[in-house]
Amino acid sequence: MPNETANQKAARNASQQPAAAASEAAASAQAETGQTERGHAETAQTAALAVSGLRKSFGEKAVLDGIDLSVAAGTVFALLGPNGAGKTTAVNILSTLIPADGGQARVAGHDVAAEPDSVRAVIGVTGQFSAVDNLLSGRENLILMADLHRLGKVEGRRRADALLRRFDLTEAADQRVITYSGGMKRRLDLAMTLIGEPRVIFLDEPTTGLDPRSRRELWRIIRELVAGGVTIFLTTQYLEEADQLADRIAVLDQGRIVAHGSPAELKRLVPGGHISLRFADPEALDRAAGSLDVSARDDETFTVQVPSDGGVRALRSVLDRLDAAGVEAEELSVHTPDLDDVFLALTGHGTGGTGERRDNAGLDDSDEGAIAS
Amino acid sequence: MSSLTYAVTDSATMLRRTLRHILRYPAMLAASLGVPVILLLFFVGLLGRTLGAGLNAAHAGGVGHGSYIDYVAPAIVLLTVASGCMATSVAVCVDTTEGIINRFRTMAISRSSLLTGHVVASVIQTVVSVVLVIGVAVAMGWRPSGGPLAWLATVGLIVLLSFALTWLAVAIGLISKTPESSSNTPMLIQFLPFLGSSFVPTASMPAGVRWFAEYQPFTPLNETLRGLLNGGPVGHDALVSIAWCLGILVAGYWWARTVFQRGRVR
Repeated sequence: MPNETANQKAARNASQQPAAAASEAAASAQAETGQTERGHAETAQTAALAVSGLRKSFGEKAVLDGIDLSVAAGTVFALLGPNGAGKTTAVNILSTLIPADGGQARVAGHDVAAEPDSVRAVIGVTGQFSAVDNLLSGRENLILMADLHRLGKVEGRRRADALLRRFDLTEAADQRVITYSGGMKRRLDLAMTLIGEPRVIFLDEPTTGLDPRSRRELWRIIRELVAGGVTIFLTTQYLEEADQLADRIAVLDQGRIVAHGSPAELKRLVPGGHISLRFADPEALDRAAGSLDVSARDDETFTVQVPSDGGVRALRSVLDRLDAAGVEAEELSVHTPDLDDVFLALTGHGTGGTGERRDNAGLDDSDEGAIAS
Repeated sequence: MSSLTYAVTDSATMLRRTLRHILRYPAMLAASLGVPVILLLFFVGLLGRTLGAGLNAAHAGGVGHGSYIDYVAPAIVLLTVASGCMATSVAVCVDTTEGIINRFRTMAISRSSLLTGHVVASVIQTVVSVVLVIGVAVAMGWRPSGGPLAWLATVGLIVLLSFALTWLAVAIGLISKTPESSSNTPMLIQFLPFLGSSFVPTASMPAGVRWFAEYQPFTPLNETLRGLLNGGPVGHDALVSIAWCLGILVAGYWWARTVFQRGRVR
């Protein structure tokens, strides 16, 4: 890995001087497109999505301010960003729902502006708002889609049944969708997207508002799809989700892509996780600071921070060392890097209202939609 | 397959979907059928004697012989058409405010098929309602005297008016932000027949209302239908009616199409 050292250097810089150095590091991460550890070099020529200089404004507000992207066929690409960053707008343009103001976008080789029907024929879209017919049953919804894909009666029914089985909806197949839970609706939504066997699938915040179990279930399905050779363009506000699923991630902030690389590359840009320890008095603080590799120290709150990967082993080692030094911490918290850290590191500002965002993950997605309406 | 075949196939798929909605949630159908039947019972059963006597006295030869039901039944038929078509605006609005329209827009299907499906379903629903309302009127003593040609013309006029009002309703549904508002706006059109010659001749109205009543579309439509079904001259009224229907059809279709193509993404 010839880039390893450069990146490590970049990461070190980033931890010392977050905002300025990180953009440099981001640039170096961008520069190595095509030779990352998961090996896209051979697929790079067959780009499923190619976007250059994409712009879109709603009134005065520039929602997308010159976006460049390239997604290799058969990979998962995650567009990561907070609410209002422009993720949904990007999906809406790429899926032919709205026109761009400038720039070019090609999906599977077809220009979205010039040949929208060719694009529509190869894509499937599952937006963040449920796109199912609540008055019909699950099976009827799937057959409606099959009919619109003009699959014919026999083939349509066959695919509908197969998808109902695959998404664990067979039992509820003949109930009206209005009685479905959020997770069931989302699975049906995705099944409806799949019935036409799209080559490129757009998933706009597919797990927002889902409980953890449904979220993991959906991740499993997404992995299966990729194994089957489709290309997935995913938007998310969860770093973990991008990390779990994506081959490459682009971080979108205020309409611009501020970083772009593999999950490992991006994580190296982030200062990283740490363990925070608070002590009862200055003496304990001094003794603790003497026995640990402290990355930050606050003499007013008697607190130190120790870098950590969030694992149990690191935590145990910290506690063992404190034991050996004969000090006890009053309070301990483990901090793992999240989207907010990525943002802080890359842009010098946070995602804004982060605490609230985590508490109401399912309820706060309306603003991007409002911009687009 | 050519794009026309696609349009027909997709519209048929959308039509099946909308008809399924109507059958599954018959409340809308019941409402568009219930109002005319209640009005029929009210005007004929309750007020019919007095209104009929008044009509016969005032227009000894004009309105014709017979009972009040002969006068009012064709108007109730038109009212059924008006209230039936307007239910479409709610269905269209529900479709556009839910996410499914964006799914349709990202599929390689005929763009207009969604609206075509709604319109054809609405016309079918309206025709079924009209047949039922005519059945009730006949059961209550209406004896239309028109021949087969007159009935054919009646069916033609009703279908034409249905298409015209439904396209207008589709446009209203598309511009409405909530299903509630989409059901309020069409009330204006449903109310229009009352300010016409539906229940009493325009000649008996106060000057201002009379002027309005004489120039609004439902008055010539009423007179045409009366002439066709109860026997009598239709000439001038028929032409004015057809002109109104075509005008509303073109305007409603153009409006709906423009709004739909401009699109609304949420």
